[in-house]
Amino acid sequence: MTTQDYASRISQTIQQHEDAIGAEWVAQLEAALVRSNIVSREQLRKHCQQFLAAFARATRGGELANMEHRSWDEVRDLLSEISTSRAKGGSSPSETATFVFSLKQPLFTRLNAEFANDPAALAASSWTISSLLDKMGLYTIEVFQRARDQIIVRQQQELLELSTPVVKLWQGILALPLIGTLDSARTQVVMENILQKIVDTGAAIAIIDITGVPTVDTLVAQHLMKTIAAARLMGADCIISGIRPQIAQTIVHLGVNLEDVTTKATLADAFVVALERTGTSVVHKD
Amino acid sequence: MERIPILRMGDLLLVTIQVDMHDRLAMTLQDDLTERIVRDAAKGVLIDISALDLVDSFIGRMISNTAAMARVLDAQTVVVGMQPAVAITLVELGLTLTGVKTALNVEKGMALLGKTNFG
Repeated sequence: MTTQDYASRISQTIQQHEDAIGAEWVAQLEAALVRSNIVSREQLRKHCQQFLAAFARATRGGELANMEHRSWDEVRDLLSEISTSRAKGGSSPSETATFVFSLKQPLFTRLNAEFANDPAALAASSWTISSLLDKMGLYTIEVFQRARDQIIVRQQQELLELSTPVVKLWQGILALPLIGTLDSARTQVVMENILQKIVDTGAAIAIIDITGVPTVDTLVAQHLMKTIAAARLMGADCIISGIRPQIAQTIVHLGVNLEDVTTKATLADAFVVALERTGTSVVHKD
Repeated sequence: MERIPILRMGDLLLVTIQVDMHDRLAMTLQDDLTERIVRDAAKGVLIDISALDLVDSFIGRMISNTAAMARVLDAQTVVVGMQPAVAITLVELGLTLTGVKTALNVEKGMALLGKTNFG
């Protein structure tokens, strides 16, 4: 018998027992489905039915060894759809891969019965199906990973947009509370934001508050100095505030030169200096 | 030939760059400005670059040099109205215009010059 013959027999077997295979498969998946809140049972059944139907149709094409073939397009599309929805839903990679791999046992049971009299054919067809399902599993994981990566990239962008607010404290005084670690990409956004805001508001003083910056290394310090230098070129003064004791120690140990920059321990202190420089003072009412 | 106008306001000279700077224009400006500072005995120079939205290393250095030359000729120099993109570029190029005063706009630049010269 040739591979083509196996393929057609396998295909026939799958089509004959489609319902039974489907039922066994769903039962197995449901048994493994401990965290049933992520994927609902109805959705799981629907996915199984759709997939098995598409799978049966694809096997008719006879290209069991080649998943890139046109006849598998539908199966691949369906797999990516299922995998993407699971990635978004928060399933783990192994849970997602199990969807495909758990189809093996019901399929093998049927193949066993079908090829009971022909050990050679059984071995060959088992191997074909096994490697096919493995490929599908890998494909599922790939799509899953891609979907996750997309989510991460999107979140990074959102974080970038959210994390750099420039607030106006007073006429001519801006504040930029920095939260989280500063990397090159963020510094770029921070720099552009604050410089644009300086142009928009005509502010002469900008207070950069680093209370929320967990660590300051030479790179972060360099980024800060660049921002300050750029602001100075535009005619605005910068004050750094919110320097915690540990950070003060780190800055000195690192040998970072902050001599040309006004630094204050708290935002309040920096604000007082800024008010003085703009010729304003705050007095207590008696 | 294209030239950047230099206006005189009392003790001050006002240079407004309204066109795209190219290298020869920058060199001419340097010649003209130093000439005028000496001729008019100017005490202050205000260079408005608010219309300049593109600089390269040469123009950056030229701004820096012009300011330094004016200072040597005993005229306080203020660069005003630098665009954010220009500021970022200059910082990345390492041209931080040390010793040159800067202001957000012409009005504030004038106030700054007024304070140093007459105050």
